[in-house]
Amino acid sequence: MASTDTTTAEDAAVKATAEDLAGLEAGLDALDAVRVSRTPVRQVLVQKVLPPVVAVALVLIVWQVLIWAKVTDDYKLPSPSQVWDEVTNAWAQGTLLGYIWTSVSRGLLGFLLALVIGTPLGLLVARVKVVRAAIGPVLSGLQSLPSVAWVPPAVIWLGLDDKMMYAVILLGAVPSIANGLVAGVDQIPPLHLRAGQTLGATGLRGTWHIVLPASLPGYLAGLKQGWAFSWRSLMAAEIIASSPDLGVGLGQLLEQGRETSSMSMVFLAIFLILIVGIAIDLLIFSPLERWVLRSRGLLVKN
Amino acid sequence: MATTTLTKAEDRTAVGHAARIDHVSKSFGGPEGQQLVLDDITLDVAPGEFVTLLGASGCGKSTLLNLVAGLDRPTAGSIETPGGRPALMFQEHALFPWLTAGKNIELALRLRGVPKSDRRQEAERLLELVRLGGAYGKRVHELSGGMRQRVAMARALAQDSQLLLMDEPFAALDAITRDVLHDELTRIWRETNVSVLFVTHNVREAVRLAQRVVLLSSRPGRIAREWTVDIDQPRRIEDTAVAELSVEITEQLRGEIRRHGQH
Repeated sequence: MASTDTTTAEDAAVKATAEDLAGLEAGLDALDAVRVSRTPVRQVLVQKVLPPVVAVALVLIVWQVLIWAKVTDDYKLPSPSQVWDEVTNAWAQGTLLGYIWTSVSRGLLGFLLALVIGTPLGLLVARVKVVRAAIGPVLSGLQSLPSVAWVPPAVIWLGLDDKMMYAVILLGAVPSIANGLVAGVDQIPPLHLRAGQTLGATGLRGTWHIVLPASLPGYLAGLKQGWAFSWRSLMAAEIIASSPDLGVGLGQLLEQGRETSSMSMVFLAIFLILIVGIAIDLLIFSPLERWVLRSRGLLVKN
Repeated sequence: MATTTLTKAEDRTAVGHAARIDHVSKSFGGPEGQQLVLDDITLDVAPGEFVTLLGASGCGKSTLLNLVAGLDRPTAGSIETPGGRPALMFQEHALFPWLTAGKNIELALRLRGVPKSDRRQEAERLLELVRLGGAYGKRVHELSGGMRQRVAMARALAQDSQLLLMDEPFAALDAITRDVLHDELTRIWRETNVSVLFVTHNVREAVRLAQRVVLLSSRPGRIAREWTVDIDQPRRIEDTAVAELSVEITEQLRGEIRRHGQH
């Protein structure tokens, strides 16, 4: 490369033909190429999987030690083995999966409804100034209102059935999803909007081709939060409102445990609620979010 | 070489123009009232012509480019671009990170109305044109700065506009890459016969690339002077002729800047 640079005679410059330039460029590209590699599986296991497993084990050990030390009465703190017996009992009776499915199916369906309502709502608030001025503040205010507050009016208006459950889920999740989308749209670099405009992506085409994909990271964060809010609202509703029509979900299981003074059942319900919430996040939302961020080069490896 | 310049000059009167900027002024409202940014700019870009707009900070060169691109409206005067919506390249690549290099180009084709069946092939052809044949499936973050600007160039060309506007597209690149992209741009310009209006604050770059260099004064931006660059392409930024003209233009540019320190 140095030799071609120094022979800058006029003739040579003219003959510095397409091929020379192509070779030069190929060299530059090779030197500049950004290497993208993925972490090996073993490293993922050691760095990402091992620490939480150790943490859970520690909690179990501390719990067992507290039982041995008899820090409190039996009925206040069940031992890990008592809770485990509760699990195997429920499994043997075939009711365990039923509890989980009752709540999860409700939660996911409610979440999907919230998605269908929250997405266009968020888009409207983000893109239409009047709408934003009118309901933007209310929408973010609703996020700080615990959706359990909606349970009493929902019971009175809609009665003790699934409709009321879904209403409470929607009131919890729709603001999160809409606000996530608004935040995502607000964070779009103006340059991308201008580039879209010069390419002819205006109006609805601009929304579809530029605004929606560009706001995806913020939107996904909103979905994650929306799921957490859905699940929480549902549990609150299930604990407060029990009726034979509603079946037994995890919330009702917890309430049953309290009524029958079975602390191990209460613990079982709490653990199941926690595990389901984490599992949905780990199985659906986190992979989705990681995939989006990685494909955009936004995931910094450490 | 002299002959090519001549034919271009004839073209200008015969075939019309790729852009006609006619007595354009632009002011922006600010806290201290209206501020005049561009003052009575009149400039034609002939079909197939390469014009650079040169000026110091505050000359409104980017504002002018936005006006020609149709992203903003002039306060007075008119702008015609008979070849349709001009393509625009920015200092940052402005590629969409959620699409691959190839899909970025295909989006431009789709918005232009190219049928789905032809898009892939056309995108591959444009990538070949900027010598990135293997980059179709690459994500934006996997490309180097120079490669990104070349994909951006391919995407701009995908608009099939007769006018390509470039807003300091190489300013953020390292000197070696910039030099190569100058050669590349010259080659592509000659192959495609597109008209280019190229904004820069780099005098040598302006002379290296253009057939005509237009110098803007600052605050407000006015056309101070223009030069026809009568040097053979392919040129090099190190060429004596390029250097000589650059010195002359730089003197004038410094004169324009000095005036602002005097009041």
